[in-house]
Amino acid sequence: MRKVWDLIGGIHPPENKHQSVKDSVGVPPLPKKLVIPLNQHIGAPSKIMVSIGDSVLKGQLLAEPKGVVSTGVHAPTSGLISDIGDHSIPHPSGMSAPCITLTPDGKDKWIEHKGLKNYRDQSPDELLIIIRHSGIAGLGGAGFPTAVKLSPEKAISTLILNGTECEPYITSDDMLMREHPEDIVRGIQILSYILGEPREILIGIENNKPEACAALEPHLKNTTTELVTFDTRYPSGGEKQLIQILTGKEVPEKGLPSDIGIACLNVGTAYAIYRAITFGEPLISRITTVTGEACAINRNYETLIGTPISHLLKNSQFNEDICSRLIVGGPMMGFALEDLDAPVIKTTNCILAPSEKEFPSPAPAQACIRCGMCAEACPASLLPQQLLWHAQSKNYEKLETQNLFDCIECGACSYVCPSNIPLVQYYRASKGEMRKQAQEKISSDRARERFEFQKIRKEKELLAKQIQRDVRLKSAAQAKKNSGAEEIIQAAIDRVEATKASPEDQQARSSRRIARAEDQLNSAQEKLNTLKKDATTNQHEQAAAALEDARVRLDEARSIQESSGIKSSPSVEVDPASVAIEKAKAEAVNQANLSSEEKLHNTIQSLTLRLEKSITRLEIAKTEGSENIDVLTTASNKLEEKLAATQAALLKIKT
Amino acid sequence: MQEFAVILISAIFVNNFVLVQFLGLCPFMGVSSKLETAIGMAGATTFVLTIAAMSSYMVNTWILIPLNLEYLKTISFILVIAVVVQFTKMFIEKSSPLLYRVLGVFLPLITTNCAVLGVALQNTTKAHTLSQSTLYGFGAAIGFSLVLILFSAMRERLTVADVPKPFKGAAIAMITAGLMSLAFMGFSGLV
Amino acid sequence: MYDIIIQNPLYSALLALAGLSVIFGGILGYAAIKFKVAGDPIIEQIDSLLPQTQCGQCGYPGCKPYAKAIADGDTINKCPPGGQSTINAIADLLDVDAPNLNSEHGEESDTRTIAYIREDECIGCTKCIQACPVDAILGAAKLMHTVIVSECTGCDLCVDPCPVDCIDMLPVEKGLSDWKWNLPSSVGEQLLPSKPDDIIASDRSGASTR
Repeated sequence: MRKVWDLIGGIHPPENKHQSVKDSVGVPPLPKKLVIPLNQHIGAPSKIMVSIGDSVLKGQLLAEPKGVVSTGVHAPTSGLISDIGDHSIPHPSGMSAPCITLTPDGKDKWIEHKGLKNYRDQSPDELLIIIRHSGIAGLGGAGFPTAVKLSPEKAISTLILNGTECEPYITSDDMLMREHPEDIVRGIQILSYILGEPREILIGIENNKPEACAALEPHLKNTTTELVTFDTRYPSGGEKQLIQILTGKEVPEKGLPSDIGIACLNVGTAYAIYRAITFGEPLISRITTVTGEACAINRNYETLIGTPISHLLKNSQFNEDICSRLIVGGPMMGFALEDLDAPVIKTTNCILAPSEKEFPSPAPAQACIRCGMCAEACPASLLPQQLLWHAQSKNYEKLETQNLFDCIECGACSYVCPSNIPLVQYYRASKGEMRKQAQEKISSDRARERFEFQKIRKEKELLAKQIQRDVRLKSAAQAKKNSGAEEIIQAAIDRVEATKASPEDQQARSSRRIARAEDQLNSAQEKLNTLKKDATTNQHEQAAAALEDARVRLDEARSIQESSGIKSSPSVEVDPASVAIEKAKAEAVNQANLSSEEKLHNTIQSLTLRLEKSITRLEIAKTEGSENIDVLTTASNKLEEKLAATQAALLKIKT
Repeated sequence: MQEFAVILISAIFVNNFVLVQFLGLCPFMGVSSKLETAIGMAGATTFVLTIAAMSSYMVNTWILIPLNLEYLKTISFILVIAVVVQFTKMFIEKSSPLLYRVLGVFLPLITTNCAVLGVALQNTTKAHTLSQSTLYGFGAAIGFSLVLILFSAMRERLTVADVPKPFKGAAIAMITAGLMSLAFMGFSGLV
Repeated sequence: MYDIIIQNPLYSALLALAGLSVIFGGILGYAAIKFKVAGDPIIEQIDSLLPQTQCGQCGYPGCKPYAKAIADGDTINKCPPGGQSTINAIADLLDVDAPNLNSEHGEESDTRTIAYIREDECIGCTKCIQACPVDAILGAAKLMHTVIVSECTGCDLCVDPCPVDCIDMLPVEKGLSDWKWNLPSSVGEQLLPSKPDDIIASDRSGASTR
């Protein structure tokens, strides 16, 4: 006899299992519609693959797995997809979720499916793909996608099958073990193969199920699987508790059983895997217990996933008047359901319809008397009383210190509390709040990061602008300083290189310039003509000055045209840029070679021209009274000074 | 050896400075609402008490008595204590700004903690030697820390408990302190 | 000299005290330099408790400046997006009392809102992009602007700058994944008799304080 460890804490509520094991597992008639939620498992909801109006066959994929931690849903029978949308689901919130509604056509026609003759021919990974696409999730109640559970990072040395079913009233696993023991054992062998043949394979069953043990024993004779029975106590069927009972090892906090090399699966999941691998049948039904005094018939049913709970209840002769409240799940961990139209999903192991006598309304909670019975009952060795105080005062730090997230919400503490305090409610609410705060912390940290980065980015941009400004200032200052021959050459070269235009472009540009100058000349002429009629002398002078200006510009444009035109005739192969550079160099050399006298002459000429122009502008500005008077005055004065200086220099040279 | 044990037991339990001699009640009530703060305060007071006991003995023996200035005992001890506290304050400000901020004004108030001056003066009346003085100061500090930490743990639980409205806050804290004092009376006559 | 000191008690007293003061002053001066504190890490700790919406409702241009202000002594109840829970957390950190949220700076609301740009009306002016403190708006000049929903903190700083007023603050729909259990009603509330006349006046107001 294998050694078993004693469960820590725990309680002995009345079992009430005898009511639903009297008959064998029944098959309810086909309901009028089947409502299949897309999210019946932990992880991302499945992705819809069908549309309204599609006709589907039994076992056809309706929605495929989305992401790693996910699995799919399949049609439980053949029929027509009548709706895809929100429908009430069996959830404590009473909210709706996206569901696929199927109207059965009564034919119950299977899709083409084939199992594997010998699963050992495939690799474990290939088997896992089959399991993932067969929609198999943990049927013990959590609904974790089995394919993910069976691909842990660490090697598994112990495989445990959970046939404990410790919660009162529920007998679905019991009946499964009684009626399909051989299939379960075969499923266990497939599991063992997938997990790389773990050293130990154990089936844990409480000693209140002698018939199930008797049914399984003969099929285990030639296998390494060992059937272990132990004393009945709630909640020995919890995963961590069962591991502790059978192996004495504790799952580390916030960790998984795979961290210590153990995998624990429900016997129902093993059965589903057997059917999926051997026959290619996806998960489309499960055994559900319907019990409670409000139902005349207490029985287990092989229920199609998606069967409305009202249909099952009607089949069990449900009497709504004497039912105090309808519970999905067991009396300890189940929740009350408002809308009876909600469907049976993969994790619905029991529908409990108690009478008022069975489940009276809860007595009002009284003050905690610090008796400590809750700590004695806790199977996770927590301190429920301390958790209560901290939950009431919303001290989430202390709750974290007291390991609130190790609580499995079994309800043993609330069961024993003499003051009827709903302890598990406090823990559930606090867990939800702590999870929400952790989420918010993540998003606020992210927002802070983005804000800090934005600040840095803006500062960088400002700095870059500042640097550019400095560079421009510097180059402008440089340009002012330089006036020697080399600099002239260099500046000319730079200018030309900056505007490397093809001869055609230059031609086009100069013709444009000429055209523009001609236009301006014409408009100035016109202005003058129109003015002649009735205008003041000032305006006349203005117009005349403008006309002069335009004429000068036109002459300039024409001269540029000539000079560039000359250079555009030689061979096309010559690089126009280098040609221009040569020209500039030649001019500069000429400039340098000019005697200083001639240079000064040229300067005087250009200065005189500019001075005339500037004086004209000044006159115009004076008559208009524009703001630029000061600027123009300074400009004219400067030009006069320069002219005088150059003339003086010329004089000096001459003498 | 035995006398050291006697001094320690006496300072920590039998003549506990807070619950039996009723000295140092100000930080006892003021800093004990949170456990972390209380531990920080306990550490600070231990440091101050030990150093202050040692230095006040030295000042007394080597400066005051030779110059016949025993009447300046009180003021020079206060001077010594103030310097030690200031030093401690700077050290805590550097090493744990959070503790510094949380202790707040109670850190400089260790200067006026009658337990510290009490230890210094009692050392002179009991005519302790240097090592005895230091040990007495250390023992007093341990006793203070023990009671402070116990009390703060109890106060933390009292904050979230079902205390009737008229008793919430300081009232129940005082009652608890009184009950603790009653408990420590059980040590009397031990040494 | 020793005899003079002994025979003249006044001098000896003054000398003793002065001497002690000088020695201790020296020690403290040395300590002051050695234990100089730079900066204030408390600001980081306060900032980590603030919700980082960078909305400016507290009157400061961002959460870090408000954290600095709190470290300098400002009141802690100015942050509406953080709500009462943030006030409690900061009060816990600084070991002060937790006041109620100062309604001058805004109301705490249960529903989170996210900005939404009506793309038909957007003219591509980039004013909202410049206003967003967490770069949650995607777009460029004369090109479409849109809000990255996962990054938007709901600070609504982008609504005002928009010249065509095409930004709405829409509440985030709460789905099944946002649902969580509520705390059960406290003992006092449960024990209250159903008819209000049955309770005495002093119990009527605050039977559920905890």
